[in-house]
This record gives sequence, C-alpha cells and structure tokens, in this order.
Amino acid sequence: MASTKPNVSADQASPAEELTGAARDNVFQRELVKLIPHLRAFARTLTGDATQADDLAQDALIKAWDARLSYQIGTNMKAWTFMILRNQFYSDKRRSWRQSQLDQEAAERTLVAVDDPAAPIALDELRLALGMLPPEQREALILVGAGGFAYEEAADICNCAVGTVKSRVSRARKALQGILDDGAYDRDGSAAGEAMGSILADAERLSAPR
Amino acid sequence: MINPGPNDQRRRGNDPLDEARLRQRAIGVKLRQMFDEVVNEPVPDDFLSILRRADGEKGEG
Repeated sequence: MASTKPNVSADQASPAEELTGAARDNVFQRELVKLIPHLRAFARTLTGDATQADDLAQDALIKAWDARLSYQIGTNMKAWTFMILRNQFYSDKRRSWRQSQLDQEAAERTLVAVDDPAAPIALDELRLALGMLPPEQREALILVGAGGFAYEEAADICNCAVGTVKSRVSRARKALQGILDDGAYDRDGSAAGEAMGSILADAERLSAPR
Repeated sequence: MINPGPNDQRRRGNDPLDEARLRQRAIGVKLRQMFDEVVNEPVPDDFLSILRRADGEKGEG
C-alpha cells in the first residue's frame, strides 16, 4: 500500500498492519505469489535437483502460508520466506538425505564429459562446483551473490553473525574458483577418479577456515 | 580480512590478482545467470494450486 509515511514501527499500526482476516490474507498471498520464482531458484541451488527443489519450495510455500499470521506485513517477506525454505531444507536433510555418494558419482561422470576448454565457465560446471561446496558456504554465496540479499539479511536467513556470512562468502568464492580452475586442467589428462579426488581435496583445503 | 596470498606472489607473474578478480567476476555473473534462469522459468501449476487450496481457508485466523 503506497503510503506517504515512512515505514517506521510505531505503536500505532500502519494501515497494512491493521488488516485482518481475509483482507490481510489477500495481501499476504499476493506478495507470496511474487516470491515463488525466487523460492524455486533458491531451492534449486540448495538441493541441486529440480524435482527435489520444487518439492522443497512447495513445502516452504505451505509453511509460509500456515505461518502467515506470524509474518509482520511490511517487513522483508523475501528474507522471511527464504528462512522458512532453508529451515525446511535442513530438517528434511536431517531426516533423509544420504545421497552425497550418488551425487559424487554423477558429478564425476559429468565433469569428465565436459570437453570444451574454450568455454569460460559452463553453467553445468558451475552447478557441479557449487555442489562440492560445504552447504553453509553454498547458501551464503547464493544469497549474497545471486539472491540479491545484503550480508545482514543473509545473516538473518542463516541465523548466524554477519561476519560469519562474510567469511563464508569469501571462502566459497575462493573454493569455487579453485574447483573450476582444477576442473579445467584435469579434463585434459588424468583419470576421472583422480581428477575428482584432487578437486575434492582442493575444495576442502580452499574452504577450510584460516 | 582474508587475503588471496602472501605479498611476494603479488609481484610475480602477470598480475595474478587481476586475473583472479576477473575470474571472480565471471563466476559472479554465471552465478546470477544460473539463479535467474530458474527465477524466469514459468511457475508450475502445482504451486498455484497450493495457494488456490489455501484460498478456501482464508480469514480463518
């Protein structure tokens, strides 16, 4: 709602905050719909799999709808929904997710299949490389580097300190670069398993806290 | 805070720092491209039907 008043939190609620019942739900839903594409994109980067991602994003959508009364209209809804999606992802992961082995095999196959050294950075390669990062680095980099969030917002979403987000983003960037550079070399020669081993070792080394 | 490397590396070779910065920029662009690709996909019907179903319970709370 376009208001000439600045959006300060006063004891007197602004018009949007006064909304109740169906009217409030309508406003909420309209905003929520706009965020669906972003939630899908974030989910895709978290899971690395389109089908799982949409399941996750749909779960998050339902959660957000169910929690709509706890959302303060006028605050950052994108960050709020991303937080819900992220929490959902980690609770799902705790329950099931033992796919890392499988993913690694798939990554190995794909990395070897890439054979255009001239291509600066192929999207598939970047996806694979992202998949090798520790999850907390991956999410920090995505939120700040692609999702358009400020460090402070990313910190809220990830429930950690701003400095932590900054260092995760920085380590993620460095590790990504290392993985992508190594991938480019290893494509030319050494055996796939070897190449993968060294990439993973590098990823670990590069992403280790200093 | 976290520096790319010790100082002596900076002076060696063809400005590896600049190269690294360019490389980082390329990665950043790709990262956004990857994300935006999904953002720009049409939203599957499933998502909207979730909210359509939710319409039925509007104003309950």
